[in-house]
Amino acid sequence: MSRLGASAFALAALAAVLPAAGPAYFLHLLIQILIWASVYTAWALMGRFGFVSFGHGAFVGVGAYVPALLWNYFGLTPWVGIPAGIALAILVAVVIGYPCFRLRVVGHYFALVTLALSQVVLLTLVAAREITGGSLGFTPKAAGHSWYALQFPEKTYFYVIALMLWLLALSVWRWIDGGINREALEAISEDEDAAAAIGIDVLREKLRITVLSAALTALGGAIYGQYMMYLNPESVSGIAVSLQIVFAAIAGGVYSLLGPTVGALLTISLTEGLRVWFGVTFIGAANTIYGALLVLCIIFMPQGIVGTLRRAMAARAPKAAAAD
Amino acid sequence: MDIFLVEAIINGILLGGVLALLALGLNLIFGVIDVVWIAYADIVMCGMYVIYVLYTHYDVPLLFACLAGIAGMAAFGVAVHLLIIAPVLNSAPINQLLATGGLLFFLQSFATLLFGTDFRNIGVRLPVVEVASIYISFARLIAFLFGLIGAVALYLFLKRTYIGTAIRAVAQDRDIVGLMGIDQRRIYLATSAIGGALAGLAACLLVLQYDVHPFIGNTFGPVIFMICVLGGLGNMIGGFVASFIISQIIAIGGYYSNTELSYVLAFTMFIILMFVRPRGLFAR
Repeated sequence: MSRLGASAFALAALAAVLPAAGPAYFLHLLIQILIWASVYTAWALMGRFGFVSFGHGAFVGVGAYVPALLWNYFGLTPWVGIPAGIALAILVAVVIGYPCFRLRVVGHYFALVTLALSQVVLLTLVAAREITGGSLGFTPKAAGHSWYALQFPEKTYFYVIALMLWLLALSVWRWIDGGINREALEAISEDEDAAAAIGIDVLREKLRITVLSAALTALGGAIYGQYMMYLNPESVSGIAVSLQIVFAAIAGGVYSLLGPTVGALLTISLTEGLRVWFGVTFIGAANTIYGALLVLCIIFMPQGIVGTLRRAMAARAPKAAAAD
Repeated sequence: MDIFLVEAIINGILLGGVLALLALGLNLIFGVIDVVWIAYADIVMCGMYVIYVLYTHYDVPLLFACLAGIAGMAAFGVAVHLLIIAPVLNSAPINQLLATGGLLFFLQSFATLLFGTDFRNIGVRLPVVEVASIYISFARLIAFLFGLIGAVALYLFLKRTYIGTAIRAVAQDRDIVGLMGIDQRRIYLATSAIGGALAGLAACLLVLQYDVHPFIGNTFGPVIFMICVLGGLGNMIGGFVASFIISQIIAIGGYYSNTELSYVLAFTMFIILMFVRPRGLFAR
């Protein structure tokens, strides 16, 4: 097992004993961090190869709303509803991804097409207010403690689920990282024409990673919905969520396994910390500082936090070796 | 034809004027500096608040408040360039997008901090004009006219003045202009100032029609990007035409269904058009 894998394992072991340590609010925070860390990792699967999607908010939204709607209107268990949501997210990813990759919609244009996609999902959810409750949000019918409904009032259950989700996201990352596709994808991100010339099926590789990323993101959205028991179009879809995903992943660093997780840890504890600090007296103050920090972070740490740390350590290591 | 449909179409054209103005500003900045200002619509929001505060709190006459708004946003554009864009000018495009995206967060939250989330308006009610039993809002008519005047003024500025020519030169080939004795940094500053001023002008026109609130940028920000991309990023005339296409889709869609669905329609049309013309409608 590599050093990274070992540290991930150590972190997981640490995470397993953490919930016993703190109050319920702490656990709530931890669950959110784990769920979003999985979504950010899912985004980074694409993002690290330069396929910058501003549309992942759409996949979170689809993944969260489909199981909740099926549950309320048809009494269908989330065990079926969640795969249905993932299937729909995959369908959306293919419908948007296939023409994009086929017609070589890249760079700014790809970012903005996917941006439009996240707005389409947001506005559809708002417009279908008779079914989804529109901007007022949507609450799945409560069923108490139920495996069938995948609803647990005790947070520990969701903590374990979120932990498993997170580990799944990390293993998918490892799987891509270790496979032959990684080299193909890296070649594509360097130069699509050259990659195609050496026999890489550019379209297939891009579509595959997009579908994987979208499915994992939708799963994250579904778990988030099941946990929160309240969905709002603004908080699970649209540009704001898409930007939040891209920000946190980039801030943490998309080129390392734990980068997106660090991004989730920092951004969520920062927003929560600022929110608690300022309370209700200065609405907006927390986000003002958050926004300013984001800008500073992008300007001064373009490699992300984990990338910057690693570089700093790499720069120090030879010096230390020379000193010995 | 249904009289309300005619009204919807006319309102669409009038809306297109303001959108065109914003698309021109964003396109100018993209064409010259090669950076997309995600927070462009939020600079308009700032301009609206400046006018609102000057007019209602300090009793500045509306015309002067508007001029101050335009000048203020021009200065703001320069500040955005110096503080945020200049440091990331050589970074990956995604980092540039995110830096201005962070600015979007910052501006929206800062406005919330200062003004709260209330909807505010300057309390000026302009009359409604009736032409052949079609009702047209005078505010929208003014907005349309000034939108066009702004566009023409920008065109003349770019074509007829030295700085305008230099700006176009940078947009054509940013590497070679240094040899022609053009200071690239000064051109960037001038472009940011003009982009800011156009946002300020749009703020004047919008503050007459809409209430100001911290998140008003979210309403038309994504639409402006769509327009620019549809016209071809950096292509001014393309953006100008695309404004009217998109505003018609929104207006006519809104007539047949509701507002959100008309935007869904516009965004979907945009995605499809991107597949048909991946480099914009008017790409050569």
